[in-house]
Amino acid sequence: MFNETVLKEIDEIKARYPDERSALLPSLYIAQKEFGWLSPKAMLCVAQTLNLPEAMVRGTASFYAMFKHKPMGRHVIQLCTNIACMILGAEKLVGFLKTTYGLEPNKTTADGRFSLVIMECIGACGTAPAMLINTDFYDNLTEKKIEDILGKYK
Amino acid sequence: MKTEKNDIKIKVCMGPGGIATGGADVIKVFKDDLASANIKAKIGKGCSLHKVGCFGLCARDVLVDVIVGKNKTTYQYVKPDMVPRIVKEHLIENNPVSEWTVGDDYYSFYNKQIKVVLSEFSEVDPEDIDTYTAVGGYEATKKVLTKFTPEKTIAIIKKSGIRGRGGAGFPTGVKWEICRKVESDQKFIICNADEGDPGAFMDRAVIEGNPHSVIEGMIIGAYAIGATKGYVYVRAEYPLAVERLTIAIKQARGKNLLGENILGTKFNFDVRLKLGAGAFVCGEETALIASIEGQRGMPRAKPPFPVHSGLWGKPTVINNVETLANVPYIIRKGADWFSSFGTEKSKGTKVFALTGKVKNTGLIEVPMGILLREIIYDIGGGIEGGKAFKAVQTGGPSGGCIPAELVDINVDYESLAKVGSIVGSGGMVVLDDTDCMVSIAKFFLEFTQAESCGKCVPCRVGTKRLLEILDRITAGKGREGDIELLEDLGNDIKLSSLCGLGQTAPNPILSTIKYFRHEYEAHIKEQKCPAKVCKDLIEYGILEEFCKGCGACLRVCPSKAITGEKKKPHIISVDVCIKCGACFDVCKFKAVKKE
Repeated sequence: MFNETVLKEIDEIKARYPDERSALLPSLYIAQKEFGWLSPKAMLCVAQTLNLPEAMVRGTASFYAMFKHKPMGRHVIQLCTNIACMILGAEKLVGFLKTTYGLEPNKTTADGRFSLVIMECIGACGTAPAMLINTDFYDNLTEKKIEDILGKYK
Repeated sequence: MKTEKNDIKIKVCMGPGGIATGGADVIKVFKDDLASANIKAKIGKGCSLHKVGCFGLCARDVLVDVIVGKNKTTYQYVKPDMVPRIVKEHLIENNPVSEWTVGDDYYSFYNKQIKVVLSEFSEVDPEDIDTYTAVGGYEATKKVLTKFTPEKTIAIIKKSGIRGRGGAGFPTGVKWEICRKVESDQKFIICNADEGDPGAFMDRAVIEGNPHSVIEGMIIGAYAIGATKGYVYVRAEYPLAVERLTIAIKQARGKNLLGENILGTKFNFDVRLKLGAGAFVCGEETALIASIEGQRGMPRAKPPFPVHSGLWGKPTVINNVETLANVPYIIRKGADWFSSFGTEKSKGTKVFALTGKVKNTGLIEVPMGILLREIIYDIGGGIEGGKAFKAVQTGGPSGGCIPAELVDINVDYESLAKVGSIVGSGGMVVLDDTDCMVSIAKFFLEFTQAESCGKCVPCRVGTKRLLEILDRITAGKGREGDIELLEDLGNDIKLSSLCGLGQTAPNPILSTIKYFRHEYEAHIKEQKCPAKVCKDLIEYGILEEFCKGCGACLRVCPSKAITGEKKKPHIISVDVCIKCGACFDVCKFKAVKKE
């Protein structure tokens, strides 16, 4: 079950809405932060805290791409391969991550350092290709630049 | 240098491009250097620093404006190590570093533009409400709350002629009026910041550059329709936008612009953020409402429209970020001023995200009705790398491709619809002759197919079938009749889908067939990709007469498909080649052929 601090945080969110269900998405974010990913246990905790059927919680969580249903690496690389990034070479960067770091989309490196998630547009089309690492934003990417950036994340 | 205090300003681009390319570092070095220079040169407290929003020419970040008195000098591609020289030569010796300043082409980027929503981007520090009020921010709120009735406010917005900037183009004033007339104990206003169209980042930039303009638009809208609560539904993929909105809301509450008895009137209104979680379809208004309510973000049939039954069943107005950001300016400067821009049916200006193969990529704001040619050539600076302009994709996955021969059309709601595309949210991806139109269509279908929520059959199954056909065409396995099948199926999906996602998903295919049918035919009948993009239809080889045997391709080949001795022509083994193109890119002698 969640600790007191988390329960208090969720209670505060619940108070903002006319029903408990409306607190579901924010609560899932909190659970994901607490557990690192939305494990079955994490979703059960959310269901119990919000007094919602577990199936409803799972069904909602599975709809949204940003809820992770397996453990993630310490740093999550979210690389955009959408139109502007694609025509400016994002596919090659995916290949680069594979050959240089052994990192494939939706996979985590063996040492647990990085996970790679392919993102839909992150709104950096003017300076494509672009990626987020956790919540840090990087654009105008090249293979060399990715190498330098990733060096900062241990 | 004898500069009076308060007349030196330094503005560093901290927009989407600026931050990542080191805007923060540049600011830091400026601060340090000015601090030490101040002591030596006794400039005093002359410099103020703003973390401003996007300047528009992201490709040249970091852009720095150095304003001394009335003289503005703009530096481009500024790196932290360049700052000491700018401080020394420009600010101490009064001699701008001309080799680092922008040229004429920089100014032509701006001359065709008219800025409303983006007008105060270089004045406002998005994290400081006082810089927004200093340029007239929240004056419109004061005016509306103290002088206008809700009906009068709506009348002004109606008169301005502004239509929704999210893509559908519904008249904003009419939407507000309908909601105003609905009786209810509770109403809501929602700002739709779930910008998801590939190739579009206007809303993100507006929020990051001037978040208070959006909040002010919401306050005015809420007053007009009679709402006391508002939500900004913003993508979690935009962490900086979320951060700046959070700060802006807090500051607005601190100034009694949000909360109870706003500015001493009896009007109560507060705004909360609601984060999306990565679902494109939530940009559709009924899906967005479902998502706020904690459900899967699936659209429902309309009517009832949200203005009658929206969030938690209450009357709700949903406006796009850019629409709301226009509102304070319309109130401040008047409906006639706003409607003086644009065409008869498309009023005002529109922000576009100009991306792809043009020289100047970035955010632009132009009057509705501007020629596409002016956008591509005057503002965009033409095509990068001397290649030929082929088409421009507007409106993202809901829009279509406009071919080069239609470059003289006007860019407004009606004209683009006439040629099979849309203004949409404002994405403009420029394509050149190395882009394959079938692949572009396939790309968008991959996107819509993955983002289809699955509720209605035409969209769920139909987009999948469309994608399968495109997959086989790009793999060289297209069949006779596939083009007609795409057209039939595409039109059926448009007519029978539940929401805007499915109703527009076939557009990228239908418009590329309309203008580039010959490319589809080449893929199907000759198994050739004219733009040489489709991997299954091209082969790499070495041109012996140009190959110097330098070994660059051999070293870069990830599949070890290239063999050869030093200083002798190399050979690519087509069976082993994975067609990644690395050898083609690395060869300095143009000895790798693609056909």
